Amino acid sequence: MSKKEWPLWEIFIRGQHGLNHRHVGSLHAPDAEMAINNARDVYTRRKEGVSIWVVRSAEITASAPSDKGPLFDPAESKVYRHPTFFDIPDEVGHM
Amino acid sequence: MPSLPDMTTPDVVALAESAAAAQSHDPHVQDVDLKPAFFDWLCRMGDNTLILGHRISEWCGHGPALEEDIALANTALDLIGHTQMWLGLAAEVQSEGRTADDLAFLRDAMKFRNLQLAELPNGDMAVTLMREFLFDAWHFHMLTALTRSASPRVAEIAAKALKEVSYHLERSSDLVVRLGDGTQESHARMQEALDRLWPYSGEMFVADAVDDAVANAGIAPVLADLQPAWQQTVEEVLAEATLTRPEGRADVHRGGKQGRHTEHLGYILAQMQFLQRAYPGASW
Repeated sequence: MSKKEWPLWEIFIRGQHGLNHRHVGSLHAPDAEMAINNARDVYTRRKEGVSIWVVRSAEITASAPSDKGPLFDPAESKVYRHPTFFDIPDEVGHM
Repeated sequence: MPSLPDMTTPDVVALAESAAAAQSHDPHVQDVDLKPAFFDWLCRMGDNTLILGHRISEWCGHGPALEEDIALANTALDLIGHTQMWLGLAAEVQSEGRTADDLAFLRDAMKFRNLQLAELPNGDMAVTLMREFLFDAWHFHMLTALTRSASPRVAEIAAKALKEVSYHLERSSDLVVRLGDGTQESHARMQEALDRLWPYSGEMFVADAVDDAVANAGIAPVLADLQPAWQQTVEEVLAEATLTRPEGRADVHRGGKQGRHTEHLGYILAQMQFLQRAYPGASW
């Protein structure tokens, strides 16, 4: 019997209405429908979610770790990009 | 060494008491005339899910893929959860001070009331999935009918179990289609599994005096009425799976419901009941 591996899928679960789907892990499945079924069994046993997204891992384009410098270093020592230098009027309350 | 005080048991007892207090009043539970048949019928429901659940749990750690292993273990846990409800109510109806655990762990094979289909060995994945599919199709239509039971307690259990069983049926149908309409080898194995299990499937619809009594009381449907819906579900899935329904009779092997079992049940019980038999009352 030939042993063919099922492709890998990345699983995203929305915990509650109004929240974003969050990456929870990955699993193997032959197609999208079974990936959702498997995700239901592997990741939502304790009532974790209201919605599941599955994406073929191969479809994700990731930044290369070697590009870390050019991609992220320019943001260093630019604290003024954080919006923490404004005085928030009291009437606005907690933000 | 002194053991730590048990922190959990009082809570469980309190929870059970509050749950019992919140339960609907059901005159059937105290009906003396109905008791023998009602008890037997509840054991049939609970023993089906217990024995099939145990069988499916045997795959835990042995599944062909991690995802399938977890899915099978989930199914087994669902079924054993249903057992707790059915046998819990059975013990209440019997009113001899026994619990669901007593019924599960301290009854001998002849007192078990499950269908023979449920106790058959797992074989390969084809047999396991086909057995589950034939059972799920019956379980789904049975529970759907039971949500309209004249007994509120039965209807409550059915409604709770039906949510899980709808998923069981969806999953097993899907896999039967994928494997039946899969490779040459998977097709051949699925057809072989179907041919082997088919003669056990008819027992679900063979009614006896117990089934008649609960049907007359409005607690459960007339079994023969469930057959067309089951047949339709099964035929649709088999057609999509390119599998051929066997020609022979479906009710060749029966008797499980009356306590006549295959040689396999004794082995299941030996494994399942050993601990409680060897160390009565052991808990953790």
